[in-house]
Amino acid sequence: MDETPASLRWIGLALLALLLALPSLATLAGDPAWVSLATRMLIYALAAVSLDIILGYGGLACFGHAAFYGIGGYTVAILYRHWQTSEPLFGVIPGSTQFLVVIPAAMLAGGVLAAAIGALSLRTAGVQFLMITLAFAQMLFFLFSSLSQYGGNDGMTVRRRNEFPGLDLRDDTVFYYLVLAILLAALFVAHRLVGSRFGRVLGGIRQNERRMAAIGVQSYRYKLAAFVIAGMGGALAGALMVNQARFVSPDMLFWTKSGEMMIMVILGGAGTLIGPVIGAITLTGLEDLLGRIPGWGEHKLFAIGLLLVLVVLFGRGGLYGWLRRRLR
Amino acid sequence: MTLARSVLGAVFALGAIGAAQAQAPVKIGFVSTLSGPAGYLGQDIRDAFQLAMEREGGKLGGVPIQLIVEDDGLKPGQGKQIVDRFLKTERIKIVTGVVFSNVAVSIVPDVVDAGGLYLSPNAGPSNLAGKECHKNYFVYSWQNDALHESAGELANKLGFKTAFALAANYQAGKDAVAGFKRLFKGAIVEEIYTKMDQTDFAAEMARIRAAKPDVVYQFHPGGIGIAFLKQYHQAGLMGTIPMVGAEPTLDIATLNAVGEIALGLNIGAKWNADFDNAESRDFVAAFQKRYNRTPSVYAGQGWDTAQALAAALKVVGGDDVNKLAAELRKADFKSIRGGFKFGQNQHPVQDWYHVQPVKNADGTLALKTVSKILSGHGDSFAKDCKL
Amino acid sequence: MLNLAVEQALNGLQLGVMLFLLAAGLTLIFGIMGVINIAHGSLYMVGAFLTAYTVAKTGSFLLALLAGLAGAAVAGMAMETLIMRRLYARDHLDQVLATFGVSLCMNEIFSLLFGQRPLYVSIPPLLDGSIEVVPGVPYPIYRLAIVAVGLMVALGLYLLISHTRIGMLVRAGSTHRDMVRALGVDIRSLYTAVFGLGALLAGLAGLMAGPVYTVQVGMGEQILILTFVVVVIGGLGSIRGAFLAAMVVGLVDTALRAVVPPWLKTFMEASAADALGGGLSSLGVYLLMALVLLVKPRGLLPAHG
Repeated sequence: MDETPASLRWIGLALLALLLALPSLATLAGDPAWVSLATRMLIYALAAVSLDIILGYGGLACFGHAAFYGIGGYTVAILYRHWQTSEPLFGVIPGSTQFLVVIPAAMLAGGVLAAAIGALSLRTAGVQFLMITLAFAQMLFFLFSSLSQYGGNDGMTVRRRNEFPGLDLRDDTVFYYLVLAILLAALFVAHRLVGSRFGRVLGGIRQNERRMAAIGVQSYRYKLAAFVIAGMGGALAGALMVNQARFVSPDMLFWTKSGEMMIMVILGGAGTLIGPVIGAITLTGLEDLLGRIPGWGEHKLFAIGLLLVLVVLFGRGGLYGWLRRRLR
Repeated sequence: MTLARSVLGAVFALGAIGAAQAQAPVKIGFVSTLSGPAGYLGQDIRDAFQLAMEREGGKLGGVPIQLIVEDDGLKPGQGKQIVDRFLKTERIKIVTGVVFSNVAVSIVPDVVDAGGLYLSPNAGPSNLAGKECHKNYFVYSWQNDALHESAGELANKLGFKTAFALAANYQAGKDAVAGFKRLFKGAIVEEIYTKMDQTDFAAEMARIRAAKPDVVYQFHPGGIGIAFLKQYHQAGLMGTIPMVGAEPTLDIATLNAVGEIALGLNIGAKWNADFDNAESRDFVAAFQKRYNRTPSVYAGQGWDTAQALAAALKVVGGDDVNKLAAELRKADFKSIRGGFKFGQNQHPVQDWYHVQPVKNADGTLALKTVSKILSGHGDSFAKDCKL
Repeated sequence: MLNLAVEQALNGLQLGVMLFLLAAGLTLIFGIMGVINIAHGSLYMVGAFLTAYTVAKTGSFLLALLAGLAGAAVAGMAMETLIMRRLYARDHLDQVLATFGVSLCMNEIFSLLFGQRPLYVSIPPLLDGSIEVVPGVPYPIYRLAIVAVGLMVALGLYLLISHTRIGMLVRAGSTHRDMVRALGVDIRSLYTAVFGLGALLAGLAGLMAGPVYTVQVGMGEQILILTFVVVVIGGLGSIRGAFLAAMVVGLVDTALRAVVPPWLKTFMEASAADALGGGLSSLGVYLLMALVLLVKPRGLLPAHG
């Protein structure tokens, strides 16, 4: 990663300050729904950053990130359902609404799923990899659409958020700060990760897999590890989203959700950590704003589609890349 | 610092819009399915609702209205987000518009729990009609099961002894088959729940032919229903095995999209554009003139919802939820159905009619009311509702 | 029982043919230009809409057929010149996203132009009705016609690619781009032409689908992903592979849908059984793709070597 221009650091800090002050600003503006919108932005940012670890840093075009996102979400909802009915899942796993139990469980589920999908998918490359990851995500989509006990097509409502000792997560502002803290922690971990030996090897594999193999690197293992990390991140985001929305449905697993996350990464700038965050905030904000234009809201996808085409055609390196060029 | 400035600018600009609207007219949040293949259903409801407002010069019952329309994209999650903003940011107390039951099930509790009113112009899912009924929740269309009970009774009247039931596999589809079976006195030879995204029904046609029922009952709303009817005809079944259904099985848009092959279908309906009462004639003419198409049942429901709200607003004069709820419960408004009554659970108690597609002299297709099949029919969940 | 099997086999064949028409264009475009086109489903929609619209306006099926095919081909070539051309050198990720954007735009343009109410489309009177293929199994003539057209197109494509100069260029264009250029072939117009051909095939599938399915905005997306599955199973860039895979996917999908839900119903409640059965049968095709890719990562009949 090359030097970040000083002015960009200032923008980063200003953005962080804005995020920290957002709930107060929302109260000042008399618009508390900004907090839930911002929470969704941050959760998508988390999903996009985790996807970028394989997509941008690993150079693996994964079209199935929704699988992990969705499995994280369903973990929360299913554990809630079993807590509600006091019937253990598979007869052994008790339900739970404890944040500190549910979230690690979701990440575990995401990690195990990613290990399984990755172990198989990583035997292929290029377009085949893109398609096989899509296939696995679609399989999960159809599986969850068909499970009537968990809402099938209709999805299911999770009547309340998970509980965190000492925090009242039902309060949107508290939940927002928790998500912000988790995102910052995840960015820190990801930053350490990409700067580590592991990250450099991963970059080497992306640039020239054969050369890495020649110097004795077992690229498959590295790619699989990156895939599992990304899967856990995706599941974490999904679990937070179900807590935020108090609702889960197979939409979370549909291929367009994977597409949306890819858009966030590319829009913001793949292969960077801050890019996906910018991409997620921009796309989520844009969809929300466009959706409110009277009479045209239902055609908002036209603007999103056009933006997508323009960014891919002309915006090398995404919004973040453009910012960096402007400010250098 | 341009980015930070524009972000801040956007935040404050939107805040300012919110503040400026604070003393403005009564706000009504209209969340509906407007995009995607099923988008036309929501548009019909919206168009009729807006027509009602236009005729009063942007008012309902003499009270100025600001209608905020948003699209749920048939995604319950998206609907929840919109309603969240309606309630918190816009401080809206009156919400309406939802087409699909799965969206309704996820948003109605949010609205009424937050002390708002929800007026349903379409979905009437079973799980909100019984024990979970609410004093702030009013349905102006039908209870989902009751709608399809009309088809069951119609099948009885037409003398069918065995039926093959098919419905899309979601909340309203399950309610539909349950409703049909409740009143149908014959035997169900087989029931099939098709996938929501299914386009090809060849496999189902083969099973219907093999089962040889007296009648086929089916419920597939919107585009999937069109594909179903076309393929039913092409499989040569339209002439051999009669079909019954309820209003959404063949609305005017479906009829126009499938054409003459639908002739011969039997539909149970609570309202039809040919109803001979002053309100209905007036509405149909106004809608025709404004939008240049025949209003569908959905449009009719949107209109009645607006009329009911207008009547209540006229008495209350503002958006005091408790007063409005008390007024709405009286259901004292002029319905295009020629009368309107609520049951215990604030779902309609109404007459149902046998409707058939016919070809007009000019070659266009229309739906024609044949006879009454049920009088003052409520639903089977009202008794569980303690209001 | 046998009757049911015959009918379902025909259904599978018909689905397979539709998938082949879409997959052929997609795999051709991929094989030669190396481009993944998510907007291929939009071309299917263009074919269906223009045909339905022209029939409604003029009443002539022949004119409508021409309008549908020409419209799809022109839309495809416009897409190539305006957008795709800039994406050949990019990685697949960029291609997926840009074409995804194009398909979003196309959907909204069509819903603005034609509205969201599904369009009416009639069947040519000649093809209306059904005939008995085996005694006791009446089958829609229209579906048989789809199968016939699809098989003829498959044969035509085979002849075009293996026996003509254009086919030679197409075959060479994908592997030896520079060689073809050195021969003095205008590779740009070759690409545009190939894209137009692929679009034409998608349009053909769309216009044939009109009378059977629903002509409405977003109709392309429903079948697009399944088409990708076919292309990948068959081997990217391989027309023969696409044909084989389309038939396999069509038959497997239909067979699963015919067998799994009734079997589940023997021990489950109807709505739950259909939900699970429907999900499992949709899942089956993706499982098939994953298995094929794991055993033969380049697909059943890879294009080159």
